[in-house]
Amino acid sequence: MIITKLKDIDEIYEMIKPYSKILIAGCDGCCQPPRSINEAKVLGQMLELKSKMNGKKLTWKAMTVLRQCDDRIAGSTVRPYLDEYEAIVSLACGLGVSMLNRIFEDTLTFPAQDSMFGASENHGDNRYEQYCDTCGECLLGETAGICPVASCAKGLHNGPCGGQVDGFCEVGGYKYPCAWIQIYERLKKFNRLDLFNKFRPPKDYRLMTSPGHLELIQEYTNAIEEEEVEK
Amino acid sequence: MGDRPAFSNLMKEIKTGKFVFTGELEPTKMVDISEIIHSAEAMKEYVVAANVTDGPQGMAYINSLIPSYLVQEKVGLETVYQMTVRDRNRIALFGDILAAACVGIKNVLALTGDHSALGDNPGAKSVYDLDSTQFVYLLGKMIDENTDIYGNEIETGKVEMNVGIAANPNASPREAEILKVGRKVAVGADYIQTQTAFDIDDAKDFIKELSRYNCPILLGLFPLKNYGIASYFDKFIPGVSVPEDLLKNLKHVKKNIKDKKERKVKIDEINLEFFVPFIREIKKSTAAAGIHCMAVHYERLFEPLLKEFR
Ligand code: SF4
Ligand code: SF4
Repeated sequence: MIITKLKDIDEIYEMIKPYSKILIAGCDGCCQPPRSINEAKVLGQMLELKSKMNGKKLTWKAMTVLRQCDDRIAGSTVRPYLDEYEAIVSLACGLGVSMLNRIFEDTLTFPAQDSMFGASENHGDNRYEQYCDTCGECLLGETAGICPVASCAKGLHNGPCGGQVDGFCEVGGYKYPCAWIQIYERLKKFNRLDLFNKFRPPKDYRLMTSPGHLELIQEYTNAIEEEEVEK
Repeated sequence: MGDRPAFSNLMKEIKTGKFVFTGELEPTKMVDISEIIHSAEAMKEYVVAANVTDGPQGMAYINSLIPSYLVQEKVGLETVYQMTVRDRNRIALFGDILAAACVGIKNVLALTGDHSALGDNPGAKSVYDLDSTQFVYLLGKMIDENTDIYGNEIETGKVEMNVGIAANPNASPREAEILKVGRKVAVGADYIQTQTAFDIDDAKDFIKELSRYNCPILLGLFPLKNYGIASYFDKFIPGVSVPEDLLKNLKHVKKNIKDKKERKVKIDEINLEFFVPFIREIKKSTAAAGIHCMAVHYERLFEPLLKEFR
């Protein structure tokens, strides 16, 4: 899931100030905390109030989309409203906001949120954790399943650095664990320090450079769909 | 490694088996580096080389290359060009090493570098394209094979440098630190320089454990110029604790001696009482190749501290 944070209301208001009719689109997809129809309504009320305070009348409608990052779903759900509204405010992550802008070329969609990271939900610790940074070259097989790219503050491939103290990381004031000490301890537990000792050569960052190449994945889905149709 | 020639005076002296001393210079937010030049002059007689730091604690400072060069040129003191991988990708690291070789730098200390979030430009994008071990690997390519990381040849001239790496005697769990150092040595380090140590038994243990790599070790020591620095170190440098007696004695001076001159004398005495036997013991009973003395802005201590070891 994608961890998001609502932008300051003033910042959102600044974006939509030039418009008097806006559509507020929630997303029922994976964004956390959830930003669905209720959140869209609350945002609408806040923006209306803010407009009133500035002597403006704002007309708005709240709705929600199953997944804004899917062009078919987002397209079919949002399109019926487009004629009535001048602009869209999206409560999805950056993927959803971008998707709406790309499929609706004649309408501007503005982000109501800041997207933080892709996360795993860790109920045990009551936390969301960024366990992967989609680096294109998975090292988890050498690191006992703990990602040095996402979980080490410096993304080191041959850690730990000199900044760890008693297993805690210098970044964030020694509050968070040093990923490389976690890796060391877990490899040691499995008697696999041979993997710790291994030198990992410089990474090929072309594999991590944006934009990501989505057409490959699309090809897979098409192929699977075709297979299913044939059956 | 081991078969790389000694290019620098530092490495040559280490190879002859001499117990060496190095110093440290810390250029900061400055354009005029005369203060650095003066410090270098003051320590020149006592050390074989001086490290020039590269934005310690993530701070935005003058780069370390130009001061490294100017100290060699103007003072005639060899420098150890400290380089972190925090601010430069492999292209920039390569370019800076070529530039350093071009102006006659013979030592580089390859470091990770404190994260920029810790410094005074906290929103900066930290680079870490290579980590410090991969940087040592790049240096090996440049020095031993005359190429960049991808094997593209360096067209004219040669990079003749010796490569130092860091190790932290205060790190816990220690085995992780020892193994990490081993990984770096295997990739191509010429010597190991440790962070500051205050506990003699611990330091001896650490040196003993590192000795398995057959790579010369310089033990880092940090003489304490006043109580403020000592207590700052104790409180704010994580993982480092200054021995209680040392702290107490320095505090006593601060409280009870008002005369500046007298105070200096007493502070020096305290440091000498602590560090002279410390160095003696390291020299006598460990395999350490020398001491890296981080007496930044405290050059007056070099003479009394090191005279018996020269
Ligand atoms: S190494 Fe880390 S960032 Fe890269 S794919 Fe694996 S889990 Fe993701
Ligand atoms: S302390 Fe550990 S997690 Fe933090 S940057 Fe260093 S190696 Fe990475």
